[in-house]
Amino acid sequence: MMGTDWRAAFRVGGVALLLFTPLTGLVLAGYQLEWHWQRPLWLAGGFGLGYGLLRLVWRRWLSGAHAFGQRAAAGSTTDPARHRPLWIGLALGVALLLPFFLDKYGINVATLALIYILLGLGLNIVVGLAGLLDLGFVAFYAVGAYTYAFGYHYFGLSFWLALPLGGLLAACFGMMLGFPVLRLHGDYLAIVTLGFGEIIRLILNNWVSLTGGPNGVSVVFPTFFGLEFNRRAKQGGVPLHEFLGIDYSANQRAVFLYLLLLAVVLVMVYVVVRLKRMPIGRAWEALRENEIACRSLGINHVTVKLSAFGLGALVGGMGGVFFAASQGFVNPTSFTFFESAHILAIVVLGGMGSTTGVVVAALLLTVVPEMLRDFADYRVLFVGVAMVLMMIWRPRGLRQRRRPVFQVEPSPQPAFVNPVKKRLRGPGGGHPPQWGFGGKAPNNPPNNRSDP
Amino acid sequence: MDITIFGQQCVNGLVLGSTYGLIAVGYTMVYGIIGMINFAHGEIYMISAYLTAIFLALFTTVGIHSLPVVLLGVLVLTMLFTALYGWSVERIAYRPLRHSNRLAPLISAIGISLILQNYIRISQGARNQGVPPVLEGVFRLPPDSLDHRFVQITYLQSLIVVVALVSMAILTWIIQHTALGRACRATQQDRIMANLLGVNTDRIISTVFVMGAAMAAVAGFLVTLNYGSFDFYIGFLMGIKAFTAAVLGGIGSLPGAMLGGVVLGLAESFFAGFVNSDYKDVFAFSLLILFLIFRPSGFLGVPEVEKV
Repeated sequence: MMGTDWRAAFRVGGVALLLFTPLTGLVLAGYQLEWHWQRPLWLAGGFGLGYGLLRLVWRRWLSGAHAFGQRAAAGSTTDPARHRPLWIGLALGVALLLPFFLDKYGINVATLALIYILLGLGLNIVVGLAGLLDLGFVAFYAVGAYTYAFGYHYFGLSFWLALPLGGLLAACFGMMLGFPVLRLHGDYLAIVTLGFGEIIRLILNNWVSLTGGPNGVSVVFPTFFGLEFNRRAKQGGVPLHEFLGIDYSANQRAVFLYLLLLAVVLVMVYVVVRLKRMPIGRAWEALRENEIACRSLGINHVTVKLSAFGLGALVGGMGGVFFAASQGFVNPTSFTFFESAHILAIVVLGGMGSTTGVVVAALLLTVVPEMLRDFADYRVLFVGVAMVLMMIWRPRGLRQRRRPVFQVEPSPQPAFVNPVKKRLRGPGGGHPPQWGFGGKAPNNPPNNRSDP
Repeated sequence: MDITIFGQQCVNGLVLGSTYGLIAVGYTMVYGIIGMINFAHGEIYMISAYLTAIFLALFTTVGIHSLPVVLLGVLVLTMLFTALYGWSVERIAYRPLRHSNRLAPLISAIGISLILQNYIRISQGARNQGVPPVLEGVFRLPPDSLDHRFVQITYLQSLIVVVALVSMAILTWIIQHTALGRACRATQQDRIMANLLGVNTDRIISTVFVMGAAMAAVAGFLVTLNYGSFDFYIGFLMGIKAFTAAVLGGIGSLPGAMLGGVVLGLAESFFAGFVNSDYKDVFAFSLLILFLIFRPSGFLGVPEVEKV
């Protein structure tokens, strides 16, 4: 079968050459062209070779798949939850101690990672658990961030009030959006939420008198029970370091925000994990799998969907408040569609519904790009590739969850085979017929174990 | 209200709407046949804009200057290569997921659209690109107006409307009167039955993606010549707008796509002209949301009945 593999690889290489030649080989420079003839050749060669090797490996893997499957089945009998407390404790310890060993930049990256974990958890409720594809999640994030910004700017609202308020307001927006779109399924819902996200961003961008437009709004840093994190507090207040009697360090405020955020993330993780076990969580997942069956069993799809939307938005809004606090400034460029896609990528790579997966994926997608600054240009490209590969390879996530299910094996749909062509192509085109009209039928396979 | 301003907005809306309609065709055909939104379609349009500029520059470099030859050659080459991209999108993001759950192809198509955007950004640079002006000149109605009260139609604008109409007519003819079109319609009505009756539905789905991409390429070619400037991010906005057009006309309906395009183009251009041009995108998105909520079958579509 190696010949077909290489022929297929050659075909892929050929198509790749055609695809890449005009767009990578010819580069626009003003109204002129620059020639880079070697680029499409490299790309096409790489794609062809990679595809061929992949097919070879795949075939090798398939031939050993039976044994592999048995081993995997045997392995799964050991309890996967046995080492869980150890791992969770270890991760918690690292997360708690981390800010004391990092510089300011490191803490900021870690804070950003936590914000994305929070957002991922929120979107995971909507997309992963309830199966409602929300492409405008960034709208709730923006609502949260701007609640804090406006609240501070216009009403002198403090961070501690803005945090619940931003969450609640975002939840209201979520319900408001959720209510009319309940009837829509899958793709339509995705487009409506996408449109909603863009509307919010455009209004933030264009309503200059209220939002400051692209110039944004500045935000004050949260205080700790009225104690400020600056070297000197204003208007006779006492800064935190004097109150505690420790030396001032510029890192203190970042560490504080990090730890606060960590606490919120932990609470959210706990809430989500518990919710998944509760009737409402079961209802989310059931509704994701089959809406019609759920409704006929008496599940109120309106409440179930709305609660998912509202809760997801609440978490997103709180993430937004934290984002505003950590940046000290918000403007509409932080809330583009790409941000939604990024959060979606976290949920997808984490494996649609898995809480651990979301945490790992959020860390991966935030920290790795910071470490690989040289490849910053390719970051989004890799996110896209990862999304496509995940969907093809493991649409249910890297970690395959097992849970007691009753499943009727669906009969696989037969691939189309044109009988005329199949016959014309001859024996090379597929397996020779096992039986025929008047032909030689293999009456007894040699290894027929059911033979008495 | 000045009648000439009204007329001018009509012309602008019609031109804009024709391009929306051309792209909407891709959405509507794909949706009709596999019941999914081709999320990468906007990026296909963006690719075609780049291809247009590249082939235009290539023709100039080679030394072919006859305008009809250049325009026709660029159009054909752009359509071919864009169609190849459309075909690849189907092969990579849709075909492996044919029997997967409903969200999977959508997410992989979003992935593809991120890939295409950044592929162009990396290979062609993030800066604005452009094409030199071609086919300059205007019609004026009325022709001998002395003051500034006239409606101006550039040659390119009239070219856009004519080419859009012609290509829609060709597409309609293909769908209505050829064996391929019959297979397409059969696949749209019932994929499994069509498959049983000897239609290679996989190939038909590929063909539909190819045709959609080719129509988007016509739009990309025309818009690029008309505006002269584009970047790697244009596909996003154009994609949503064209999708709105498809929904307005009734998704799945071919004449509906064109009608929806023209209606959206006119509505947007009147809104921009008479209400507020900052919020014209907000207006278009709101229109999309309102239609999806209150009349998801659009003007010409048939309501979707969910079978158990």
